[in-house]
Amino acid sequence: MAFECSLEMTPQGIAKITLSGELDASVAQEFRDKVDEAASQKAKRLVLLMAGLEYMASAGLRSLIFAKQKMGTGVDIYVVAAQEPILDTLTMTGFQHSVILMDTYDAATIEQL
Amino acid sequence: MSVAERIDIYPTHEYEGFKLRPGRPLPFGASVVPGGVNFSIFSSHATVCTLVLFEKGAPAPLAEIPFPDEFRIGNVFSMIVFGLDYENTEYGFRMDGPFAPEQGHRFDKTKILMDPYAKAIGGRDVWGDTPDWNRVYPHRATLVYDDFDWQADRQLETPIEDLVIYEMHVRSFTQHPSSGVRNPGTFAGLREKIPYLKDLGINCVELMPVYEFDEFENSRPNPATGEMLMNYWGYSTVGFFAPKSGFAATGRLGMQVDEFKTLVKDLHRNGIEVILDVVFNHTAEGNENGPTISFRGLDNKTYYMLTPEGYYFNFSGTGNTLNCNHPVVRNMVLDCLRYWAAEYHIDGFRFDLAAILGRDQNGAPLTNPPLLEALAHDPILAKCKLIAEAWDAGGLYQVGSFPAYGRWAEWNGKYRDAIRRFIKGDEGLVGEVGQRLQGSPDLYAFRGPTASINFITCHDGFTLNDLVSYNDKHNEANGEDNRDGANDNNSWNCGWEGPTDDPGINALRTRQMKNAAAMLMVSQGVPMILMGDEVARTQLGNNNAYCHDNELNWFDWILLEKNADLLRFFKNMIGFRHAHPALRNRWHFSNRDYVGSGYADITWHGVAAWNVDWSDGSRVLAFMLCGKHAKNGTARDNYIYVALNMFWDALPFELPRLPLGMRWNMSVNTSMPSPEDIHEPGHEAPLNDQNHVLVGGRSVVILVGK
Repeated sequence: MAFECSLEMTPQGIAKITLSGELDASVAQEFRDKVDEAASQKAKRLVLLMAGLEYMASAGLRSLIFAKQKMGTGVDIYVVAAQEPILDTLTMTGFQHSVILMDTYDAATIEQL
Repeated sequence: MSVAERIDIYPTHEYEGFKLRPGRPLPFGASVVPGGVNFSIFSSHATVCTLVLFEKGAPAPLAEIPFPDEFRIGNVFSMIVFGLDYENTEYGFRMDGPFAPEQGHRFDKTKILMDPYAKAIGGRDVWGDTPDWNRVYPHRATLVYDDFDWQADRQLETPIEDLVIYEMHVRSFTQHPSSGVRNPGTFAGLREKIPYLKDLGINCVELMPVYEFDEFENSRPNPATGEMLMNYWGYSTVGFFAPKSGFAATGRLGMQVDEFKTLVKDLHRNGIEVILDVVFNHTAEGNENGPTISFRGLDNKTYYMLTPEGYYFNFSGTGNTLNCNHPVVRNMVLDCLRYWAAEYHIDGFRFDLAAILGRDQNGAPLTNPPLLEALAHDPILAKCKLIAEAWDAGGLYQVGSFPAYGRWAEWNGKYRDAIRRFIKGDEGLVGEVGQRLQGSPDLYAFRGPTASINFITCHDGFTLNDLVSYNDKHNEANGEDNRDGANDNNSWNCGWEGPTDDPGINALRTRQMKNAAAMLMVSQGVPMILMGDEVARTQLGNNNAYCHDNELNWFDWILLEKNADLLRFFKNMIGFRHAHPALRNRWHFSNRDYVGSGYADITWHGVAAWNVDWSDGSRVLAFMLCGKHAKNGTARDNYIYVALNMFWDALPFELPRLPLGMRWNMSVNTSMPSPEDIHEPGHEAPLNDQNHVLVGGRSVVILVGK
């Protein structure tokens, strides 16, 4: 399935990027562009909504590191509703340390600024 | 003040659309630089070198970029290529030069050669997937990221005398369906089983080869069964710097580096060190009939030990011998180990057939081998454990005499042989066993007991269960008519060859395994356990199971329940060692009292206290450790008394008297059924008779005086 990714900024400054399809090297730049955009708008949180993401190649995972660097250490990154294989890969490769994993969007936690 | 941004690295050349610049000769290999990738490769005899680039997985090259003449300095070709897609690039080299085997040269520009410094290798991403044999470039160098977040992790630097090493094979540990892990046979699978290792009490895993190797090397069907025999253990390296992709569940994503680092980090977090078994004595290229993967085509004469006629010396028993004391090769080994220590936080290395590393370029043993000296004094490897398998297949046997430079430890093959023979009841061993139990001062007088890695079993040879279940090897499944594998096993089947229902034989076998575990854990030096021995893993008498991707090698997790008694014994015996610093001295015993306790640090006994029968007919030995001399007098411990009765009948042992107010307590008695065979450390049972203890035939008793 084709990769799609969109950015929404909430009034409180939470950047939500919705990802779907297959995130591999050929499209990783699209995702990084959205991260760039979120960073330039001084987002206080970065939320990656991944329910529709079916596959994430290493380029996609590396983009999480990119996001971490781009947003700065003070900005938490939430990975929400990642599918099982992606979650598995995140855990096996140690990438889960760079982000906060969530099964569902937990407004109480994320939006408490 | 603002600082003007510098642009040092910019393209100066162009070739078919690729922007280039003369590269940096060091470091060798591929390294990411601003805007591009620096490629650097050595060959002292090549005339032309071409960089070959592939899109990941593509059958044919994307581009071939010859190194311009001005990009070579000395014997190093280096080039920066700008604008490469790191994620999707695989690279190799073509080398042109003479094909003159009698002069040592085997250049072949039709071959695409893998970078010996490749940090990750693609092309064989999933274990056992049958390769496309027609691929022009089967093992493909790829680029890696250095972005791993180690958090607070570092090498653990556990004192070597405090280690309990567990020798294991990554795939074997969890590939059995009974393992229940999500990704069997992988680094991730091993990681899921860390709680088991921690519960067992070991604090160091020694991983059989995890460098990229080709499991299909010399693969062939077993003539009898048709089953595929493989290069399963992996003692034949394709790439020294790259973790084996097929051992990573994420290998298909090219993320084996991250997965392995995550494993190391988690082991460290659980207090477990990681030692890698490294195979620098030969490569996967075999002899003149083997495949050309890398070294042969890059600079055959430099990388391999060659006969005057240009054939391969075979000190490794596998076809070729890496020319380890050539300065260039020596540097590669050093670079490689530094890389694993720095980049992967590896705690130590066990060198396969390490005697080869002490041979000169013609194969003659050196008295002062520069490679071994360099490793011993290397600043980056300074806290790494260096362990030699101090022999090779060319007849050089250096147990006790391996050039150590105050650093090197050895697999003590003499410990293994003496303890095995003692356990099976051979005569004439009491004197030698006395040496082995105290860290082999006869071998390591000046190096101390920590030079001795004590083991009774390892991947080569019988498992512990098979050591007490078979008189002879049974290697028919290897397809060589039982000719392969060692014949000097020093094993005893306890009365029946192989599995039996006889309860008496089975009880004796269990007892013998416990005797082995007890002796290993009370020996000075560094104990090493073979994976699965704690649950009586069997290879059905196969003492050379290198080629089996099946139950012969796999750890059967059902054994945890089936042999729960033995597992409990191992666990508590390991716990006993950790609980008693008197068992973990850095320096040899002095056989005198230097702390004023009234007892020498170690004293020897027999059925009569203070009186050992050292004669040839004796099978009995006891010793006592004075707790005030623990850790060479720097720690306080209980007194420990160990009685070894390898005679077939029970014997009463007279006990040495303890200092006033102390009493002997029963900790271990292998002649008792579980759970009376061993008490948890700190929960020993007080002994009624403080003057004698009856030690059953072929049994070990350990008492704690407190």
